[in-house]
Amino acid sequence: MIRFMRSVGAQALERLASLGRATVMWGTAMWGLPGPGDFTLMLKQIYHVGVLSLIIIVLSAFSIGAVIALQFHTQLSRFGAEDAVGLGLALTLLRELGPVVTALLFAGRAGSAITAEIGLMKATEQLSSMEMMGVDPLHRIVAPRLWAGIISMPLLTAVFNVVAIYGGVIVAVEWLGSDPGAFWSGMRDAVELWEDVGKGMLKSVAFAVVVTWIAVFQGYDTEPTAEGIGLATTRTVVISSVVVLAMDFLLTLSMYGDF
Amino acid sequence: MPVENLIEIEGLRFKRGDRVIFDGLDMVVPAGQITAIMGPSGSGKTTLLRIVGGQLRPDSGSVRVAGKDVCRMGRSELFELRKNIGMLFQSSALFTDLNVFENVAFPLRVHTDLPEDAIRDLVLMKLNAVGLRGARDLEPSQLSGGMSRRVALARAIALDPRLLMYDEPFTGQDPIALGVLLSLIKNLNQALGTTSMVVSHDVRETLSIAHYVYVIADGVVIGEGSPDSVASNPSPRIQQFINGSPDGPVPFHYPAEDFVYDLMGESNG
Repeated sequence: MIRFMRSVGAQALERLASLGRATVMWGTAMWGLPGPGDFTLMLKQIYHVGVLSLIIIVLSAFSIGAVIALQFHTQLSRFGAEDAVGLGLALTLLRELGPVVTALLFAGRAGSAITAEIGLMKATEQLSSMEMMGVDPLHRIVAPRLWAGIISMPLLTAVFNVVAIYGGVIVAVEWLGSDPGAFWSGMRDAVELWEDVGKGMLKSVAFAVVVTWIAVFQGYDTEPTAEGIGLATTRTVVISSVVVLAMDFLLTLSMYGDF
Repeated sequence: MPVENLIEIEGLRFKRGDRVIFDGLDMVVPAGQITAIMGPSGSGKTTLLRIVGGQLRPDSGSVRVAGKDVCRMGRSELFELRKNIGMLFQSSALFTDLNVFENVAFPLRVHTDLPEDAIRDLVLMKLNAVGLRGARDLEPSQLSGGMSRRVALARAIALDPRLLMYDEPFTGQDPIALGVLLSLIKNLNQALGTTSMVVSHDVRETLSIAHYVYVIADGVVIGEGSPDSVASNPSPRIQQFINGSPDGPVPFHYPAEDFVYDLMGESNG
């Protein structure tokens, strides 16, 4: 029993120490304004984590939009309420699925790549050699990736929402024959700029900060071995997914909860 | 004021977990000379370089580089100091997303405001010094082990540092690459007047270029002097290391219980 308690205590201390290291890394990397050269590095990273994630985001968004429209249409038509498909689709995507699914896809596609890249740079002593050249890897490697993730993910969420609504239109209007006027006017009447679009994007920014932070830290703090990098990459996807879903509940509660 | 010893280490103590790496190590590295640090694997040679470069903090003791104690320096002071230090890593540590030219240009681009023409000339001069001017457009993945190390050397000397640290420069090199590296280290030391600190367990090669040699084991210096005096040092531990004897003060067998008892225990077990 004492051994069990000791093990739990040691695990808790290690988690706490890890959180402390992550906070120090974030603070040191993001301290000060980025210089002119940093924008070039950031743009390069936006291409890697943002532009290269577009394909998976677009394909997933189209499928998810199509499936939601199909489900809404099937259920709502039983009550003669097909006109509500547009608003149901938009609210579901803008408030929940857009930010959450984009964050999960981002963690799997870009987050894992960031962790593996930084981890491999650590294992091959590239980070150490940079330090010994008088260049801080936290500013040169970590900060551009953090900024790139924070900028890219909300933009990817916007793309996700647009494509998913288009997928819904293809299924509900073009295929199943919903009235296009009712579809679009229902959506326009129900969706509010701040309440739905704004708060959805706010969620996305929060997810972007957390997912990119986890990805970068896991790479930077990894055991510099093949096994260590593999574990760190897995941890990035698992921790990000769990944290995003838990955060989504808390954010939804605080944004839309009626107590 | 000119500094006679570029590096002065006093009473260095460093532990990793429960394992004592250095237990009161004293050492000086004279300016402008090649000082070799030798010792068996795991004796803390690479750790020593990382402590000198400020990447690791010792538990106690002082490490002064050019008169300044690196153990008391802040992060920005350390990065400033490192602009005067070049280090050749065992794995070369070339940036895999940059080609040979850009790898060598990297420190120049980051630390100077030189125009592109001047950077190009300097990079070609550095690459010419290591014999790889013709390989400027190759990617790191296209280089052999010896070539990688030479490119890393060109990058390490890009800013004409006062101190060059070599971490196991001869490990895994074929005889030709090894000969090239030996002459490069010697020539660069003479041509640039740089202080060189070579960490290695390759006895013959290291003794052939060093001005002064330290042999470390069990966290302390067990022998020091000119290459000839170290080679003729009567200490059994140094002789075992110099001659590569499989058994001696450093035993061949990892500590274990009696062999026969161990076998019997297994069969009865």
